Amino acid sequence: MTTRFIEIMVGLFVVLGFLALFMLAMKVSNLSRLTDNDGYEVTAYFENIGGLKVRSPVTVSGVRVGQITSIVYDADRYEARVVMRIQEEHNYFPIDTTASIYTAGLLGEQYIALEPGAEDDVLTSGDTIEFTQSALVLEEIIGKIVVKLTSG
Amino acid sequence: MITSALQNIGARALGVFESFGSASIFFAKIIAAVPRALTRPRLIVKEIYSVGVLSLTIIVVSGLFVGMVLGLQGYVTLVDFGAEESLGVVVAMTLVRELGPVVTALLFAGRAGSALAAEIGLMKATEQLSSMEMMAVDPIRRIITPRFIGGFISVPLLTAIFTAVGILGGRFVGVGMLGIDEGSYWSQMQANVDLIDDVANGMIKGVVFAVACVWIALYKGYSAIPTAEGISLATTHTVVNSALAVLGLDFVLTALMFGDL
Amino acid sequence: MEPIVQIRDLHFTRGTRKIFNGISLDIHAGQVTAFMGPSGTGKTTLLKLIGGQLRPEKGSVKVFGEYIHNVNQETLYSVRKKMGMLFQSGALLTDLNVFENVAFPLREHTQLPEQIIRDLVLLKLESVGLRGARKLMPSQLSGGMARRVALARAIVLDPSMIMYDEPFTGLDPITKGTIVTLIKELNESMGLTSVIVSHDVDETLSIADYIYVISEGEIVESGDPNNLSTSTSGWMQQFLKGLPDGPVPFHYPSEEFKSDLLVGR
Repeated sequence: MTTRFIEIMVGLFVVLGFLALFMLAMKVSNLSRLTDNDGYEVTAYFENIGGLKVRSPVTVSGVRVGQITSIVYDADRYEARVVMRIQEEHNYFPIDTTASIYTAGLLGEQYIALEPGAEDDVLTSGDTIEFTQSALVLEEIIGKIVVKLTSG
Repeated sequence: MITSALQNIGARALGVFESFGSASIFFAKIIAAVPRALTRPRLIVKEIYSVGVLSLTIIVVSGLFVGMVLGLQGYVTLVDFGAEESLGVVVAMTLVRELGPVVTALLFAGRAGSALAAEIGLMKATEQLSSMEMMAVDPIRRIITPRFIGGFISVPLLTAIFTAVGILGGRFVGVGMLGIDEGSYWSQMQANVDLIDDVANGMIKGVVFAVACVWIALYKGYSAIPTAEGISLATTHTVVNSALAVLGLDFVLTALMFGDL
Repeated sequence: MEPIVQIRDLHFTRGTRKIFNGISLDIHAGQVTAFMGPSGTGKTTLLKLIGGQLRPEKGSVKVFGEYIHNVNQETLYSVRKKMGMLFQSGALLTDLNVFENVAFPLREHTQLPEQIIRDLVLLKLESVGLRGARKLMPSQLSGGMARRVALARAIVLDPSMIMYDEPFTGLDPITKGTIVTLIKELNESMGLTSVIVSHDVDETLSIADYIYVISEGEIVESGDPNNLSTSTSGWMQQFLKGLPDGPVPFHYPSEEFKSDLLVGR
């Protein structure tokens, strides 16, 4: 009787623990997004990426369509080389699409926003986005304003 | 005068080394008895009950409150920057990486660790361990190792439960009371919390803390001076040493996992 | 026949205190051997040395043909299965009830089916008169009952030797009588060898076949109960009759009382 009770309680405890783990995996973390791997990769070069990080989101019209997979500095072009992985179903971006680095909110995280162009050909795996707009760096803007104000 | 002070320090240092050495030998004996202890799952189930199931209430209630406080504090701070939509990230990151494993281990040391030390100390004082030896039953195998395995299984599960309940508590305050959008609470969280870097590392912390807390509690109980005073000292030392070990290990693990030291 | 326990030139020190200073003795099969002496003479330590829980500093302890302090754990445990030990407190496992306590050695050492374990346990409980108490927890037992349960547990594996650590201490006269009878009956009916450590003179003299009296780390007297009672040694007479003063002084060694009172004046 008591042994049975103990065993049932321990069983419930273990189930509860695994449910919590499951929740952490599925609902809290990005496990559901790890399937992004079946998408395709495109590359973009930026003069300045600001605070962009690996795994930062890639969006179009504010909708998330992929994420950054790698950021390296390309010594030949003197620019940052950003590789992003876009989900398979979003395979309709024209090759003249623009990639811009924006900030969510004033101090929020940075992300890449795609703005579709007008060409008929679409981006496929390994392509490079030609039109990019670097991150706005707050210090640079403030610096420009200060220069303008003092010179004027 | 100075020499005697130096001698005193030396003797103390030797004492620390000695107890660390005997604790290590004790640990080796526990591990060596694991295979045979696993052949008696009933004993382990009983220990999971007494260290895990019985700690569940304090873990769930504390997790809920810690999550709610995080929700409230996070909101107050974030709303100044107009970033209150990131509340989910703040709550989840704090819990998954730090507060979940650390607070769970501290509560476990206070609730179950002290009880383990007192129980084993009392068994020693009432000659139960000695009588077991005389019955040709190894007390390490029969008493200590099942408790070790029980704690080893329980603490990571308790950590997961604490963290999950805390995130729900943060949701309750953030979404339910302060009116943050439910979708952004979860999606921002998902976008930033990584399964391997954050969740798995948090769980590794839970496992390491489990070993430390249970080891300390069992060793303190087993080496307790078999008197009422000795046992009360063993329980106190268990809680103090576990807390220090958990916080110290947490720094080391955090530096290894998340820091670039 | 070779004695079951042979102790030769045993030395043992606890801290700075010399407990045994080269004692030698034999325990013969089938007999009730008793160790007597004032409190703190290391009688319990002697049982622990025989049980292999402590190691002698010098000398040897040979039990069932094995030098118990010099064998590996496997041999040690196989020797221990041949001996039972009754601790002063009973040392019952507090989280198991009476039945499970007695069944404990069987469950740990045998793969017997549940029905046989039940029969064996009830048989042993019957022999100590506590079959009706099998569902009680140790905390619900009186001191005497706990000791009887512990006795049932000590004999459940049918050992050849039982060691009793202070079996009569702290018991009322009726319970004391019960334990005395039990020890005597078990010794005869099971062909046991019994080792008793005690300072209860009357009870011990009534059941022992051979007695060693230990004091100050040495054997001061030995022989059968009649020999001891007629001993002419003043110390022996003081111990047996329980006189407060004699060769063993009433006062802990100290300087003269008068000079002690005058200190600091």
